[in-house]
Amino acid sequence: MADVKKIATRESYGNALKELAEEFPDLVVLDADLAAATKTGIFKKAYPDRHIDCGIAESNMMGVAAGLSLTGKIPFVSSFAMFAAGRAFEQVRNSIGYPHLNVKIGATHAGISVGEDGASHQCNEDIALMRTIPGMVVMCPSDDVEAKAAVRAALEYQGPVYIRFGRAACTVINDRPDYKFEIGKGTVVREGKDVTIVATGIGVDAALGAAEMLKADGVDAEVINICTIKPLDEDLIVASAKKTGKVVTVEEHSVIGGLGSAVCDCLCAKQPTPVKKLGMQDVFGESGSAAALIHKYGLDAEGVYNSVKEFLA
Amino acid sequence: MDNLELKKQANNVRKGIVTSTHAAKAGHPGGSLSAADVFTYLYFEEMNIDPKNPAKEDRDRFVLSKGHTAPGLYAALAYRGFFPVEDLTTLRKLGSYLQGHPNMHIPGVDMASGSLGQGISAAAGMALGGKLSKAKFRVYTLLGDGELEEGQVWEAAMFAGFRKLDNLCVIVDNNGLQIDGPIDEVCSPYPIDKKFEAFNFHVINVDAHDFDALRGAFREARETKGMPTCIVLHSLKGKGVSFMEGSVDWHGKAPNDEEYAVAMADLAKIDEELEKEGR
Repeated sequence: MADVKKIATRESYGNALKELAEEFPDLVVLDADLAAATKTGIFKKAYPDRHIDCGIAESNMMGVAAGLSLTGKIPFVSSFAMFAAGRAFEQVRNSIGYPHLNVKIGATHAGISVGEDGASHQCNEDIALMRTIPGMVVMCPSDDVEAKAAVRAALEYQGPVYIRFGRAACTVINDRPDYKFEIGKGTVVREGKDVTIVATGIGVDAALGAAEMLKADGVDAEVINICTIKPLDEDLIVASAKKTGKVVTVEEHSVIGGLGSAVCDCLCAKQPTPVKKLGMQDVFGESGSAAALIHKYGLDAEGVYNSVKEFLA
Repeated sequence: MDNLELKKQANNVRKGIVTSTHAAKAGHPGGSLSAADVFTYLYFEEMNIDPKNPAKEDRDRFVLSKGHTAPGLYAALAYRGFFPVEDLTTLRKLGSYLQGHPNMHIPGVDMASGSLGQGISAAAGMALGGKLSKAKFRVYTLLGDGELEEGQVWEAAMFAGFRKLDNLCVIVDNNGLQIDGPIDEVCSPYPIDKKFEAFNFHVINVDAHDFDALRGAFREARETKGMPTCIVLHSLKGKGVSFMEGSVDWHGKAPNDEEYAVAMADLAKIDEELEKEGR
């Protein structure tokens, strides 16, 4: 397994912006003194005139993006998820969401895989916050391939989009010839009949690992990759829940308001099914390496495996 | 348009403010009236706009950062021909397009606003967009003086000054009053002019109710290159309605039937004086 390709989705984001710049001449990129970390620096180096550093002022940056979009530009606004979705929530809601402007938010350093910086910078609430804004598309790509596809899809889409990227390098899992990306469509990445694991972001890789471990125990798990949390691919989730009768959700986010909640909202109404939500259980994170934290909070393959076993027992 | 005609239009705008807030039984007449003259000057004289084509690409943009004074903006838009004047009485009512604060569904409105501090950032973004596209349009935004207490205003001012957005004109309606009282008793933003100067703005202090002064200030703003301009309007809250002038109470309260009659009589008197002035 030495040659497994790993790349952080923030890196994919920066690369995608640069690769798509010629095709989308109206694309401009905004950052708040974090271009080196969010990787919009990759774009900045190639297109310095189209990169606008707004300084450490995220609230103003969201408004500037709103204004730029009203002159025909397609702004991609970047910061850490904590500040893009957290600090500037009301600006996103009132200056971008309410007027339904064509602004894209690329939020990096989401979740606990931020690692050593600790809880102040580990945003486990952004999906919940962004989901509540009417008309906002919310995406969380699982790897390099999907991250780049999501950036392109966001540029092609007319309206506000929030994309969540991670800091830590993660395994490339979607590198296959028939891979197709569409906003609002989930993917069954592993078919099974005993339990459905619905995952997003780096949770997908963990779910696939857990599924392999479960197979050894004779449990046939279906794994669904949900990149677009809003609008949710409800048909896919309902069909799978109908088949397996048990659902586990995996996300590097609070279990309050994130993917797990979105899945429950859907299943409560359309296909009542027992659901176990894995994620941050209403706690703040802490400092540590990304891998150590993911392990501690039970979000690696082993943790997901253990939780599924417990759920099925 | 000459000053007399501007004064007549401004009085119409004031009637629109009083009539719409009376009909709505809610809204913000005080700060709408203090800004009635600048609304009139912008829409009837200063800005390149077309009521028949509100979205024309090369139009000048306006963002009402102090969005609660929507009745003033709506009245100016209506009298300028963006939508029927009769619709002003639907203000704030269920089903009306004239929402309590401006949104994107109102003809002539360039940006939704109402949460204080945010409009100036959007205006700065529009101005930057114009620069990037080498477009000629100008961007105007109107802020309240109490609004200057919002930190985002200064983030935006720093950005606009640093970016030398000389196509941006920030207007501050300095009527001196906010909901909880005089601004210098709540959390004083004074000195307003020196603050904007420190943020690399060209600053002009002007009497808000003198059209010659407004004409001069907006010309100076247009001619200022290499930095944005801030026009500080020294205004009277409630201007034109006797019992509302200089009164904190009329920040966010609508006139009842009796008060409405007095207010409209005050404004009718101004009309009479303007008629005499025209003879």
